[in-house]
Amino acid sequence: MFPDIGTPIADTVNQFVEWLIVEHGAFFESIANGVLVVLVAIEQTLRSAPPPVILAAVGVIAFAASRNVLLGLAMVVLAWLVGCLGLWEQAMQTVALLIVAVGISIVLGIPLGVLAARSRIARAVINPILDLMQTIPSFVYLIPAAMLFGLGKVPAILATVIYATPPLIRLTDLGIRQVDHDVVEASRAFGATRGQILRGVQIPLALPSIMQGINQTTMMALAMVVIASMIGARGIGETVLIGLQRNDPGTGLLGGLAIVILAVIFDRTSQAYGARLQAYRRVRS
Amino acid sequence: MALIEVRHVSKVFGPAPKKALALVREGMGKDELLARTRNVLALDDVTLSVERGETFVVMGLSGSGKSTLIRHLNRLIDPTEGEIRIDGVDVLGLPNRGLETFRREKTAMVFQRFGLLPHRTVIDNVAYGLEIRGVAKAERRTRAAAWVSTVGLAGYEDRYPAELSGGMQQRVGLARALCTDAEILLMDEAFSALDPLIRSQMQDELMALQGRLRKTIVFITHDLDEALRLGDRIAILKDGRLSQVGTPAEILLHPADSYVRAFVKDVNRARVLTVDAVMKPPPLRLTDETLEEALAAMQRRGAEIGYVVGDQGYRGIVTRDAVSAALRNHAAPNVAAIAVDSPSIGSGVSIAEALPATLASTFPVAVVDADGALAGIISADRVGEVLAPFEAREAAE
Repeated sequence: MFPDIGTPIADTVNQFVEWLIVEHGAFFESIANGVLVVLVAIEQTLRSAPPPVILAAVGVIAFAASRNVLLGLAMVVLAWLVGCLGLWEQAMQTVALLIVAVGISIVLGIPLGVLAARSRIARAVINPILDLMQTIPSFVYLIPAAMLFGLGKVPAILATVIYATPPLIRLTDLGIRQVDHDVVEASRAFGATRGQILRGVQIPLALPSIMQGINQTTMMALAMVVIASMIGARGIGETVLIGLQRNDPGTGLLGGLAIVILAVIFDRTSQAYGARLQAYRRVRS
Repeated sequence: MALIEVRHVSKVFGPAPKKALALVREGMGKDELLARTRNVLALDDVTLSVERGETFVVMGLSGSGKSTLIRHLNRLIDPTEGEIRIDGVDVLGLPNRGLETFRREKTAMVFQRFGLLPHRTVIDNVAYGLEIRGVAKAERRTRAAAWVSTVGLAGYEDRYPAELSGGMQQRVGLARALCTDAEILLMDEAFSALDPLIRSQMQDELMALQGRLRKTIVFITHDLDEALRLGDRIAILKDGRLSQVGTPAEILLHPADSYVRAFVKDVNRARVLTVDAVMKPPPLRLTDETLEEALAAMQRRGAEIGYVVGDQGYRGIVTRDAVSAALRNHAAPNVAAIAVDSPSIGSGVSIAEALPATLASTFPVAVVDADGALAGIISADRVGEVLAPFEAREAAE
């Protein structure tokens, strides 16, 4: 009743991955090294900086984003709590991983979102791929990724990017399509080119939505750190994993708490920034 | 050649515009076309021309295709068929770059729902057209600031559109359009979203600006009063077809069909029409004729009254009796000497304002233009004819 298509698909994929490794191994290795150089540099900086400097930086960034002293102070206290949990080093590793992964997500996600908003064909191609990226279990692509890039941080970043980029693409696409048609028409009527409309009208007006996308991407990337630790990325995820492996729920909880605290810091800061971007919508009296 | 030439332009929105248009040419109606093929006939063979410096109003109810029509002029919409020339340029033949340049330099548009950039301040909105053209920031700010104060928004430069009332927002829209110095101003229901009082204020200001700037304005409206007030000429659009194109007086006094007639039926013509729109040429214009010549001319034309014009313009009237009497008494060398100063009406005055003088006079009253020259005459009979409803006029005929 069911013709067997599973075996040929599996065989083809295996052969393809093998071919990639044999024929293009050097290429992937150079990508891996490039990413690694950046990641290590960021990680070194964060880990070697004295914690008070990092805490101050958290406060300044949170204040710059929100213009709210209270929020800045609250974020500093939260970051200090992570250190009190004894997970400062791990947190710095995780943040470095996060910065690189979210950076790559932004570089890929925003242009793809713009493309999807502008072309119906592009959207028809991109959407099912996004569905796939969000639903397929991460181990499915972690195995070939680990084969191509080796165990460690690079496949962890790859997995994080695959898992965390879709909301940014979707929200960029949505944000641009929801820009008031009248405003776009007006700028067309004044002779704006497509590029001028995109830069001057569509992206600025879609920015709150895009910021929401970056926020979502960051949250999802944080959720990925535990999985990532299983293929050798260090950081807070590793603490959770150790708790799991050693039947030590206390340690696991500490790791979990630290992840939640990081999530709250990133979320509140970026939300406050997103809200400030929409300041022009408020009516001053 | 007119500045804007629209020839045989048709537009169909829908899945198969070309085929739909072929069906229309075979005689299929708009409603049947929609029901059978899901194509909407928005414009049907529209031909019109707009002269340089005139205010051309396109009037129609919603769904008449008026907004579609104005968007053809800067090609925000491409026609299914037809030809559009602006200042001799075939707009439909322009490539993308050329079209963008054309829009930057030739046309500027004001929108019903303003279309302001919400994330930019008033001054940056006004400077937008210049920014698109690549004008340096300092220069475009200076030029924009001048227009901001021209439209009465000085002091609001750094506000965002959301902080302004509708009327103020549309002032920004108008300033943005004027700031580009484009020759053609396209106004799509520009004042329709405003309160009546603000609307008539904006109309006044537009007319004052137009008196100074002499732009070519294409103004879309669904409001006949607005059309009559602003338009040098008015085009009436119904279901995508032009019903009539003419001056306000032509539209009011000689509606082309029952649709236009129904539209203009309730207009207060006495207030809308000016005397120069309905005046007649004087039957006899006299200058420095001798009394004999004048009398002969009056007898030849059967005129009881002559209108005397001198170097300084209109002088007054002479009746045939007065000329005969003067001739008998040898009282004067020529008609100018016996011209009687009589009331006159300035051209540009509405019929309502001219009514008392016209009715009080036993003979047609002279209409005098701004330079004092005799422009025409207006009689009580003519006023009655113009103001009578169509039904009464037809009954009289």
